[in-house]
Formats: sequence, C-alpha cells, structure tokens
Amino acid sequence: MAGIYVHIPFCRKQCSYCDFYKSTLLENKKTLLVSLMKELDHKANYLEGDRIETIYIGGGTPSVLSIEEINLLLSKISAVYKVSDKAEITFEANPDDLNKTYLERLYNNTVINRLSIGIQSFIDRDLRLLNRRHDSTKAKHAIRDTLKAGFSDVSIDLIYSIPGMSMDEWICNLNTAFSFNIHHLSAYFLTFEPGTCIYGKLKNKEIDQVKEEQSLEQYKKLIEIAEKAGYIQYEISNFSLPGHLSKHNSGYWSGKKYIGIGPSAHSYNIKTRQWNVSDNAEYIMKINQNRTYFEMEHLNLKTRFNEYIMTGLRTKWGIDLKEIEKKFGTEFYRLIINKALPFLKNNDIEEKENHYFLTSKGIFIADYIISAMFLD
Amino acid sequence: MPSKEEDRCMENIRNFCIIAHIDHGKSTLADRMLLTTHTLSERDFKDQVLDNMDLERERGITIKSHAVQMDFILEGKKYILNLIDTPGHVDFSYEVSRSIAACEGALLVVDATQGVQAQTISNLYQAIDHNLEIIPVLNKMDMPSAMPDEVRDQIIDLTGCSREDIIEASAKTGYGIDRIMKEIVRKIPPPKGDPAAPLQALIFDSVFNSFRGIFAYFKVFNGEIRKGEKVKFVATGRIYDADEIGVLKIKFQPRDVLYAGDVGYIISGIKSAREVKVGDTITHVSRPCDKAITGFEEVKPMVFAGIYPVDADDYEELRASLEKLQLNDASLSFVPESSAALGFGFRCGFLGLLHMEIVQERLDREFDMDIINTVPNVSFKAYTTKGEMIDVHNPSGMPEPANLDYIEEPYIIAQVICRSENVGPIMTLCIDKRGTLKNQLYLTSNRIELTFDMPLSEIVFDFYDKLKSISKGYASFDYHMSGYRKADLVRLDMLLNGEMVDALSSLIHRSHAYNFGRRVCEKLKELIHRQQFDIAIQAAIGSKIIARETVKAVRKDVTAKCYGGDITRKRKLLEKQKKGKKRMRQIGTVEVPQSAFLAVLKMD
Ligand SMILES: Nc1nc2c(ncn2[C@@H]2O[C@H](COP(=O)(O)OP(=O)(O)OP(=O)(O)O)[C@@H](O)[C@H]2O)c(=O)[nH]1
Ligand code: SF4
Ligand SMILES: [Mg+2]
Repeated sequence: MAGIYVHIPFCRKQCSYCDFYKSTLLENKKTLLVSLMKELDHKANYLEGDRIETIYIGGGTPSVLSIEEINLLLSKISAVYKVSDKAEITFEANPDDLNKTYLERLYNNTVINRLSIGIQSFIDRDLRLLNRRHDSTKAKHAIRDTLKAGFSDVSIDLIYSIPGMSMDEWICNLNTAFSFNIHHLSAYFLTFEPGTCIYGKLKNKEIDQVKEEQSLEQYKKLIEIAEKAGYIQYEISNFSLPGHLSKHNSGYWSGKKYIGIGPSAHSYNIKTRQWNVSDNAEYIMKINQNRTYFEMEHLNLKTRFNEYIMTGLRTKWGIDLKEIEKKFGTEFYRLIINKALPFLKNNDIEEKENHYFLTSKGIFIADYIISAMFLD
Repeated sequence: MPSKEEDRCMENIRNFCIIAHIDHGKSTLADRMLLTTHTLSERDFKDQVLDNMDLERERGITIKSHAVQMDFILEGKKYILNLIDTPGHVDFSYEVSRSIAACEGALLVVDATQGVQAQTISNLYQAIDHNLEIIPVLNKMDMPSAMPDEVRDQIIDLTGCSREDIIEASAKTGYGIDRIMKEIVRKIPPPKGDPAAPLQALIFDSVFNSFRGIFAYFKVFNGEIRKGEKVKFVATGRIYDADEIGVLKIKFQPRDVLYAGDVGYIISGIKSAREVKVGDTITHVSRPCDKAITGFEEVKPMVFAGIYPVDADDYEELRASLEKLQLNDASLSFVPESSAALGFGFRCGFLGLLHMEIVQERLDREFDMDIINTVPNVSFKAYTTKGEMIDVHNPSGMPEPANLDYIEEPYIIAQVICRSENVGPIMTLCIDKRGTLKNQLYLTSNRIELTFDMPLSEIVFDFYDKLKSISKGYASFDYHMSGYRKADLVRLDMLLNGEMVDALSSLIHRSHAYNFGRRVCEKLKELIHRQQFDIAIQAAIGSKIIARETVKAVRKDVTAKCYGGDITRKRKLLEKQKKGKKRMRQIGTVEVPQSAFLAVLKMD
C-alpha cells in the first residue's frame, strides 16, 4: 500500500502567508508537466512494486491545470504504477477556479473522487489580509457547486488565529463550513513563516500576532464545535465525518510509503526520505539532463523511531507499544515507557490497550511532549 | 672539570623575555625575530605565530607564555637566544613572573601610539625585582599616530635609562630589529651558574600532551642534565628517568645533554598531573643539590566560582581535566565542593574574569567537558560571634546570620592611567563602584594617573569592560590588594518555584542588592524556557522577597501541519528542541539552562 503526491508548483497569485514552493510564471506549465511525466518514470521502482491506494494532486494550485492536463498526468500514473481500482484520488483546488463547467468536467471526465478546497475564511477582511483571490461569496458558491457536481468526499481548509479575527467570527466561520455538510475539514492556525509577506508585516509591526491564549481558545472552540457537528478529530488539525478521513494524509502518519513528484516534493520508502529541488527551472533542467534533482537522507533506527512517535502521537490512533517493541526492540520500548511517565501522571498522555494517546489536554502542547519523548 | 667547550657555550647563551602592556606588540616582535634568525621560514610563517592556541588566535591576545630557541650569528660568532613571549593582560601576570625567573634580560616593549600603560609598569617592576637587564623598545613607529618624543620621555621617567638606550622599532615593518638583536647579545648578560655543580633546574611551566604525556619546561641553573639519567623532583620527592630532554625550537628538538644556562624540556614518564609542580627543582638522584631553587610565590586567586559537570557522571573526568589544565596554567586552583542544586563540582580560583572565561573555554575545547559555571565572587572573611574567622569563597559558606558577627571584604588600590578628557566619566564609574579617589597625578599635560581605593568585588564583574568603553580603549588599569575591611554585605538568594538555588546565590553590598536582585530576576526570565507550569523566579535576602518575575507556562506548543513534506523538517526541529533541553540542569521541577548560572555576568 502506497501513495503518490504530485506537486503543481503554480499559483495565480501569491498568498501572503504561504511558504509552499510555487511560482506565478504559469507559462512554464507545459515544460514542467513534461518533466513531471519523466519523474514518474524515474521513480517507478522507488515503491518496490507496492500497489497505489491514494493519489493526491496538491500544490501550489492544481486547479490551474486543464482537464486534459490532469488526465495526462493521471493516465501516466496508471501506466507506470499499479493503481488500485478503489484508490482515493484527491485534487486540491482554489475557489476562484471552481466554476460549474470545470467542476462538472472534473467529476465526469476524470477519475478524481475527492476535492480539497482552499477556503481559509468566509470573512472578506481575512481573505484580503491573506491575499487570496476569492471573496466570501465565491467561497460559498464553490463549496455548494462542488457538492452539486456530485463529489461525495469534499474537504475544505480553514485558518484561525488570523490577526483581527474575533472568537465570534471564528465560530461563525465554523458554523458556515459545517452548514454545507462538507465531509472533511482541515483547520490550521496562522503561522508566520520567515520570507512570507505577512511575516514582514509582523516584523514591521503593521499587524500583531494573535495572543497565545486567544489562539488556544479558538483551537478549543474548533474541537468542540466539530465534535458537536459529528466530526471526528483524527489528527491535530484534521476532522472528518465517519468514513471520510483522508486516506492519503493518514498514510503519512502511519508510515506508508509514498513518492512525491514535482519540485519540492518529498518521497519516503521506510529506508530513506528524499526531497526534490525547490525550483522549477532547476528541476526541469536536472530532470532533462538526467542529473540528481533531489537530496536524500537515510533513516536509521532512532530516526525512524522518532518519526513514528511524532506522526503517531498526532493522530487518534496514537502510538502502539506492542508495535514499538516488535519493530524497534525492548530497549526502545523500555525508554519510551519511562519518558511517558511524567506525562501520564500529568494527564497529558493516556494509555489504552497498549497504546499511548495525547489527551484532550495534551494535544495543545503536542510538540513539547513529542520532543521530550524523542530519543537522542 | 668543565671543558673549555662548555664554558664557551654558556657565554653564548642569552635568555630573555618580552614584556609589555596588552597589545603593545610583543608577539609581533617575536614573529619578526623568528624570521630574522631563520628559526621560521617565510613559508611556515603566520602572524603572532607563537600564539598557537586556537583561543589566542581567535581573540588576538596571548594567554600563555611561549618559549622558543633561536640561533643568531653576530660578528662571526653563533649565539643561542632563548626567547619567552609573555601575555600582557593583567589576569595572566603570573605567566610573566614565571618567565622572568628563567631569564637574564627583558625587552620592555612600549607602543609609541599609546605610551606607558599600567601593565608596562607592573611587568617592568617584576623584571627589575629579578635583576633583569632591561632593553626598552619603542614599538609601532610606523604608525602615523606614534608620539615618539612624548613616549620616550615617559620611558626615561620610568626606567631611568638614557635617551639613546631606547630602540625605535616597528614589529610590523621590521624597522629596528637588527639593533634589537645586537643589543640583546651585547647588553644582556649570559646566564651565570656552575656547569660542574650538582644539577639544579627550575621547572617554570608544563603542558599535557595527549600523545606523549607530560612535558615539563625548565631552566638549568647549575650542572648539566643528560638523557637517560635518574632525576628527582625535589618538592614531590619523586624519581624519574629522563626519557627525553631537548630544547624548545618551533618544534621540540631532542638533545642528549643540556647545560647550566639552557632552557629546555623533559619527558620522563610522569604519570599524573599532580606530580608536576611549577616552581619545583629538578636534580640528580646520584648527586643531588643542597637546596632547591626558590620557587614561585603562591598565586592568590582573586575570583572564585564553582565549576560543575553538566552530567553528574563526569565529575571524575572533570577533576582529571582540571589537573591537566593546571599543569599548563599554574595560576588555576580548585578544591572539591558540592551544591544542593548542582551536585558535586569544584570551587575554582582565578586571577580575574578573563582568566575564568579562558579556563571555561579550554575545558570545553581541549578536554571536551560540558560544564556549568556559577556566579563568581571574591573571597570574604566572616567573623563569628565566637570570634572565629572563616574564609568564605562561596556564598553558601557564609555562617548563619545568628552566628555572624561581621564580614570583611578585600580592598584594592587601583591605578588607572587615562587621558585627561576621560577623567570625569572614569571618576563617576569608580565612585559608583564604591571607590574613593586617593591620588591624582599628571604624568604629562594630558595623561593622568588616578589612584583609587576600592572593593575588589566591584571590579570583578564588568569594571574592565566599562573602563575600556568609557575611554575608547585608552585607559589602562592595574591593581594590588590592600587588605580587608568591614563591609555591609548581604547574601542574595535566588528561588525557583520557592526552591533556593544555592549556585545562584551571591554576596553583595546592601546598597546594590535591590537593583541587582531585580536585574537577575529579569535576566533569568529571559533565559529560562517555558515549561508546562508557571515558574516563579524570586530574589530574596533571608526570608524577604525583594524581586519577582514569572515565566508563564507553555499553554500551546503544537504544529498545525505535518504532512509528507513536513516530516523531515519537523523532526529536525523537535530534535533541536530536545537537544536544547539536554544542556539543562534540573532544579526541583525546573529545567535551568547552563547559561542561567552566569546570568549575572551578562547583565549590562
Ligand atoms: N602598525 C603596527 N602594528 C603593530 C606593530 N606591532 C604590533 N602591531 C599590531 O598590534 C596588535 C597587537 O599585537 P600583538 O603582537 O598581538 O601584541 P601583544 O603585545 O603580543 O599582545 P598580548 O600578547 O595580548 O598582550 C596586532 O594587531 C599587531 O598587528 C607595529 O610595529 N606596527
Ligand atoms: S496558499 Fe495555496 S494558492 Fe496561495 S500561494 Fe500558497 S499554494 Fe498558492
Ligand atoms: Mg602577545
């Protein structure tokens, strides 16, 4: 069981908070697509013949692709890899690209069966600060039309702790989202990544970061409202109706292999992780000249263990102590039990059926706990 | 009977050191001499080549004395010149005093742009005390800002030499070097000593080498020493085979025999660092000398601080490292102590703050020790109500208030030489540091020597740096102890979540306590990382809390996104977070970073 991620490194406009690799020079789209196809060939053996259960076309903005281009990619994948009939195939889209015709064709003329829409907020002030291309009306229409087109697995992204966002506004955003009966929600608090436009505004004191206390309250509210609305929190920032969690993303957290195609994309096959160059021109050139276009790290036992702890604890499945003993040995098993003690005592972690989970309290300081549980 | 050959040999030796105030160009002058005498080829040359410790090169200062032998031919005769380059910083003056004991002459270097400074004077007096022949050198003559006439007058005033004795030079361009070389041969007397007498050699330095063991550096005063002979170290009474002896060229150069007047090294299968005492005398087992050479004055540490291993298991290794370091730094002293907060460690005595910093760095670099350094303090005398006197090197060593009659603190006489335009701010600084002006002397129309009476504890922290910055580097400073005086001191304790951290306590004058306590609290707040609970930081005198800060608990520490492309970066980030924690010391439930123990030093 494995996954394929394809990175479409183009956006029509640069959002103020975003530090993903992407370019606004859409004219390179055609050449890049050719390189993506080549990389799909190169990576044919990386997954050691595992069947592909999930495909995720993300970005950047995949919705800059035409239906024909999407199909070119997807058919290439099917040609090179063994793709399961029941594969989950997700497509990321921006609301401003989701007009009715595009949506209908996505649904009817491609094998895509899951859509993830970058809504971020239903408040125009927020959307302007984030420098998004859509407004709140467009956001609502996009969700409505996606569902109307027939998609039965629809996810949206929301951002909270945006400077100026009140608690009431956040609650309102959540209620609006759930009122559409979307199947899945990913909600992130706004982070200020160095190099982004909003980071500069923060440094220039044009805006203030939302206070930690307030951000925490909004997170708590998110968990509370999502649960009331019948959504399951299956990861720190991910909520879904039963049966609608993202299989692809869950793969990342349960150590499934994946390949990442395209500039800046990462791949993993248990023994190694590797990541492609984050530059379209360099990527295209290196692929064409058959030069190395990625960096790689070999994962030793300790690193694999730390990654297991990090990804596992973030999910509702927690970490499996039996599995730790089996995969990493008694020594590691013993160590983790010791390291967990203070957190168990403090009710930040709980143990159920040989698994450790973050409690509803521990979840707020997940990083603090995870780093303390790491082996050095 | 000594042969004629050997007689002549001694006649051709010159042992001399280069002394000066800091940065006046000693090491650069040594460079120049090494090049002129072809001891070093142009190819192997680098600036201040004798400053071979990384720390010396990074900081651009000499920390250790360095001995090196050169051959020099004058008027067809070959001379052996043993040069010792010395440090100029006041904290390393003990290095100078030991070097002087191995010499018959000294080059007194004075920077022509700066003139006579505090350590010019103090180092000169040491040299005169040992009857060294002084050759004054007016260095940096190539600089446009040189003031040869003025500085020449200062030198004449100081040494009583005649105008013609002063050699104008530039260690940078090489100007004057020939004359310096000639005068070394002509003016400095060859070593005295009887080559036929029983062996008497003074150990003036030593160094630990991880491949070859312990090297002891010595000067032969009388007799001769041959490779393979059985020798005795008088003070320790231990007997060794002289496995290897030799002279200190740029590299060690083995010899079969060294005679009276020679400076050299010995490797003799010495097992532990404790067996070598700088100042000890080497003699023969078969024909020992009557009495040992007078060694060196015990150094009196000025500043004390605790050094603890970060990892308690490293205590023994820390001890071994300190012993090895002590070989090469005879002014370092240490005794075991323990702290409730830090466990077992050592109370170390230093000659000053720079010395402390250097020891800390050398432990890290040369011995790979991860250490915690506590707040430094001077030593006090505590008198109990029973009339007992206790030397207190550590705030926790202070008797209970009920048993304490009074405390005395050390005072110094401080000499500051500065420009007249800086007198105002320097006076303010000294008075702020509880100093009183004793004397004010115009050296020239715009150079003044100020004499202050002040408590040593006040100069321990940041006095030197402040003086430097106020005077833009032009003021120099020297001091000597003048005795103990009653003082109104209090012990300022720091509490973390109500628990006293003995390693953070300090003894401080009552008038500074409130301000100081508040600033330590603020600094600790900056340095202590947030944890899962609030951390109260308090400063207290006895049971009275005088300042308080709180490090708020971590309420939210969670990354939003952790997808396929984030895992590597995220893991590395958290591993780094983890590493940071490793270098912390657990005090009660609070994790305290190493740096916090020196917080008080980092306040401005
Ligand atoms: N222009 C000029 N600069 C010099 C001369 N001699 C030394 N310097 C410079 O002065 C600075 C200090 O020189 P050092 O030789 O390190 O001085 P030092 O006396 O050995 O210093 P410490 O050992 O730290 O006391 C360096 O930057 C040298 O390059 C000189 O004759 N002319
Ligand atoms: S947030 Fe999405 S649409 Fe905006 S710049 Fe980033 S990748 Fe492009
Ligand atoms: Mg020097």
